[in-house]
Amino acid sequence: MTPLLEIQSITKQFGGLTAVNNFSTQLVAGELCALIGPNGSGKTTIFNVITGIYEPTDGHVIFAEEDISGKRPDYITGKGIARTFQNIRLFKGLNVLENVIVGKHLRLDSDPVSAVLHLPKYLQEESDMRKKGMTLLESLGLAHFAYDEPTSLPYGLQRKLEIARALATEPKLLLLDEPAAGMSPSDAEELMAFIQHILKTFNLTIFLIEHQMRVVMGICPRIIVIDHGEKIAEGDPEKIQNDERVIEAYLGVVDHA
Amino acid sequence: MKQKQKTILTAVALLVVVGLLFVAERSLNPYYQRILNLCAIYSIFAVTFNLIFGYTGQFSLGHAGFAAIGAYVAALLTLSPAQKAVNFFLKTIISPLANLEVPFLFALIIGGFITALLSMLIAWPALRLRGDYLAIATLGFSEIIRVLMVNLQSITNGALGLKGIPGYTNLFWSWGCLAVCIFVVKRLVDSSYGRAMAAVRDDEVAAEALGVNLFKHKMMAFGLSSFFVGVAGGLMANLISTIDPKVFLFTLTYQIVGVTVMGGMGSLTGSVISACLYTIFLEALRPIESQFTIGSLTVPGIPGMRMVIFSFLLLMVVLFYRKGLMGNKEFSWDGLFRFFKRLLPKKNINSPGGGGS
Repeated sequence: MTPLLEIQSITKQFGGLTAVNNFSTQLVAGELCALIGPNGSGKTTIFNVITGIYEPTDGHVIFAEEDISGKRPDYITGKGIARTFQNIRLFKGLNVLENVIVGKHLRLDSDPVSAVLHLPKYLQEESDMRKKGMTLLESLGLAHFAYDEPTSLPYGLQRKLEIARALATEPKLLLLDEPAAGMSPSDAEELMAFIQHILKTFNLTIFLIEHQMRVVMGICPRIIVIDHGEKIAEGDPEKIQNDERVIEAYLGVVDHA
Repeated sequence: MKQKQKTILTAVALLVVVGLLFVAERSLNPYYQRILNLCAIYSIFAVTFNLIFGYTGQFSLGHAGFAAIGAYVAALLTLSPAQKAVNFFLKTIISPLANLEVPFLFALIIGGFITALLSMLIAWPALRLRGDYLAIATLGFSEIIRVLMVNLQSITNGALGLKGIPGYTNLFWSWGCLAVCIFVVKRLVDSSYGRAMAAVRDDEVAAEALGVNLFKHKMMAFGLSSFFVGVAGGLMANLISTIDPKVFLFTLTYQIVGVTVMGGMGSLTGSVISACLYTIFLEALRPIESQFTIGSLTVPGIPGMRMVIFSFLLLMVVLFYRKGLMGNKEFSWDGLFRFFKRLLPKKNINSPGGGGS
């Protein structure tokens, strides 16, 4: 089986700083995989390279048998990779439903002229968009807030809305950047259950970044650990927990002096 | 209120406005007519600036330069060959332009298209910049356009300007163009494209991650905005009948920015109201620029005194009333009724007056 996403030894340097060094991995369709590592280890940089925000200094990203390294972010989203952000980036000027259907805009067929003239085809597409957006909000339990301002939602729901918005682009691969950041342990647990739920219902492949190991241990069959931009371990939770280098990275080296 | 009632009210209000324009065109003295025309032209400027800054978030300061392009194109296309010969006495006009004369409508449209084209050419590199840098770059381009106009004497007649431009602009032209402009801009910002533009304004990175092509949407806003700026420039040229590069100094841009901010970013209603108030007040305040006496104190006439008051007003808005007149709200019948109910809490309001178009 060919992998859905193949990262071929990517390196990303900012001036003299190497944020990611020779990182490779593969994700097969339907997988839930976690990327963990201490602060500043290069997790988000890897996501930014995959989604086209950064062009890799070296190496390639292959998605669905196409080399997408260095392509524009909106092109990559169109190919089927959606993402959320570590710091919530909702559109404050749009309501909850509109935030979601912005994600549908790239599938819009009508040109601006027919949109301005309200041609039947555009009106049909617009109402389809809204319906699909509402269905999505309903399935994620956000329908009640459809016409509210996104900033009026509680923090946990804003996170969910970010995920809903990403799902609106109809992705094959969903990248979640620290979805549980800033949440209490019980909220984080609930969110992880929610992630498992959408993995199945939306037929997704999910690659998620997490800072705390504890959160992903229960749900991710495969975990990749990086430190200082390099992969130091990869495998199931049990293997990771007992890996010398992982313990070292998280707890520091024991000083025998 | 029911949708049907609202439609009827809107139709009635539009008829009333058209009727009023008709009466004004027939019987109002030319000075007042000119002010009303300027109201519409400044409204177009403000609405288009709102599209590019209020809705799409691109702080472009190129309006004066773009208006100049539209004005010169429309002027050159409507001036009669004989009048052009009179104008271009220092250097003769280049040959294809010398005998070209087209109807006003085409002159406006061609002016709009050429403005849109040139502005998009400028925007191509400039839109890579964000925020203040974009503002500085577009401001620079706007000045370059003006300087080019001073120096391209065989096309623009340089600093001498163009005189005797036929006064085709009347209330129907100016308010008609404003109506078309508002219609197109409103429909666009309410569409899926408008949502994408708002996404670009609120967060470029997130918008791009959701599949919004930043460049395409910024260019769209820029192009459409410039088209109507060009049309408004043409209206202005055919209204004031004499244009020279000095009419389009960057102070014009600042006035437009000020008017739009006072009206409220993201509100077309606010832009129109603010532009009308600004134009009317500017005329009403004319006396303070001439010599006047308060008690025993005689104040000599200071040219530019009006702008001091305008700047002061703008300062007050920025300091105490950030959202402007309308914030990001638009005119609606429900809103109007609520407004009246608040004004007259006890009485029952049944018959409203005419509304805006």
